[in-house]
Amino acid sequence: MKMKKPKTELTSEQKIKRRNFISFTLFGAYAAAAYGGWRWLYKSPDETAGITAGAHKPLRQALNKTELFFRRLTFNENHLVKTYPREMAAKKIRHNSDIGSEGKLPPENWKLQVKKANGETLQITLDELMKLPKTEITYDFKCVEGWDQISHWEGVSFRDFIKYYQLDAEAKMEYVGLETPDKQYYVGIDMPSAIHPQTLLAYQMNDVLLNGQHGQPLRLIIPVKYGIKNLKRIGTITFSNNRPKDYWAEQGYDYYSGL
Amino acid sequence: MRWTHWVNFPILAIMIWSGMLIYWANDEYSVTLFGHTYVRFFPDWYYQWLHIPQRLAEGMAFHFLFMWFFALNGFFYVLYTIISGEWRQLVPNRHSFKEAWLVMLHDLHIRKTAPPQDKYNAAQRIAYTAIIIMGFGSLVTGLAIYKPVQFNWLCWLCGGYHLARIWHFVLTIGYVLFFLVHVVQVILAGWNNFRSVVSGFEVINEQPQPVVESNTNEDEKA
Repeated sequence: MKMKKPKTELTSEQKIKRRNFISFTLFGAYAAAAYGGWRWLYKSPDETAGITAGAHKPLRQALNKTELFFRRLTFNENHLVKTYPREMAAKKIRHNSDIGSEGKLPPENWKLQVKKANGETLQITLDELMKLPKTEITYDFKCVEGWDQISHWEGVSFRDFIKYYQLDAEAKMEYVGLETPDKQYYVGIDMPSAIHPQTLLAYQMNDVLLNGQHGQPLRLIIPVKYGIKNLKRIGTITFSNNRPKDYWAEQGYDYYSGL
Repeated sequence: MRWTHWVNFPILAIMIWSGMLIYWANDEYSVTLFGHTYVRFFPDWYYQWLHIPQRLAEGMAFHFLFMWFFALNGFFYVLYTIISGEWRQLVPNRHSFKEAWLVMLHDLHIRKTAPPQDKYNAAQRIAYTAIIIMGFGSLVTGLAIYKPVQFNWLCWLCGGYHLARIWHFVLTIGYVLFFLVHVVQVILAGWNNFRSVVSGFEVINEQPQPVVESNTNEDEKA
């Protein structure tokens, strides 16, 4: 092999070696960085407990941003949840949990408390609610766990409720908070989802008044959210410009949980 | 191109893992034929072994972050193959399906010779194009399950919420199978081939070789 300029010109053998070395060094560095990045994220501390809790801090930030992105991109009150013929509704509705709504609460022992912006509290009985226009929906109820079930509900649409009780000032606020009478379960709903035309304050399921397992006497049916937001047995309704506290958002789930 | 390949590997691993954390909360899939269940996804020992139970919220948080990287990486890969013109070497042509069969017979040592090939053989063309379509499928079915109301048209396109979730799951099983075959093929193809996927060039020893032998040397680059 002739080498006229031994200092500058490399043989192809050397070139191959050099390029391999550079490539594999970079590859090793990339692999180490990827692994390091993953360890950092996996071991990153939980967020400070507040309205939301229980998630890794960076993941919570990402969740919030992602949800906001999809909300802005896609949420539209004209996007209706698909409805089904009445006959397709399940006869036996799945029951997952009754935190805050255990046992029975006959309607005569109950009044819905609505806290208005001016400090006044409305007390509404079930009879009064049942005199308002009735809205029915048969749709596919979706649980965050991954199951779903077509079910039939009847009640007052939240829009009609707002209109009838003249809660216009409240409806201009950003959030609705709902709580069970014993305050064990609570959810926060953004206003656009609350006043979505398919959101109901439901008192009947398959033509029968709600029983103990399904939120007697009044529950929220909000088809644009996962089941975790469909609070059973509403005790109090509040309005606010800050996010109201939310049971599952405190356990690492997304606050918005919209579909 | 090799960058997106190596970026995809950890992302897909994280997506599959976080997907299992989510799936655990409603693990209803199994393969049942004529009343006999062959595989149930997944057995308890498997969940315990990977510490999967009770981590739904965590799984969702990871899944909804890494979905962005998965989608972006896929987008860059497709964009690159289009701009560089490399798609011509990757997309199957009208001979590919027949040739892929021959390649398979050859790889399984049933047939002695493999059909002549370009950078990728016919079986590779089909596999590497299919995996991109699968990735796109995961994205679409994933969005359909993620926002079934706002993307109701996607949900409809996937055949409804149930079917979308099943497709999403089946595609994931597909990745695992692809990965297994892929790794076996890489091992068989040898060091020089693997090295080229890291460094971006191939070393070819230009020595005259008998035709049949050169075929057997070049075939298994999957």
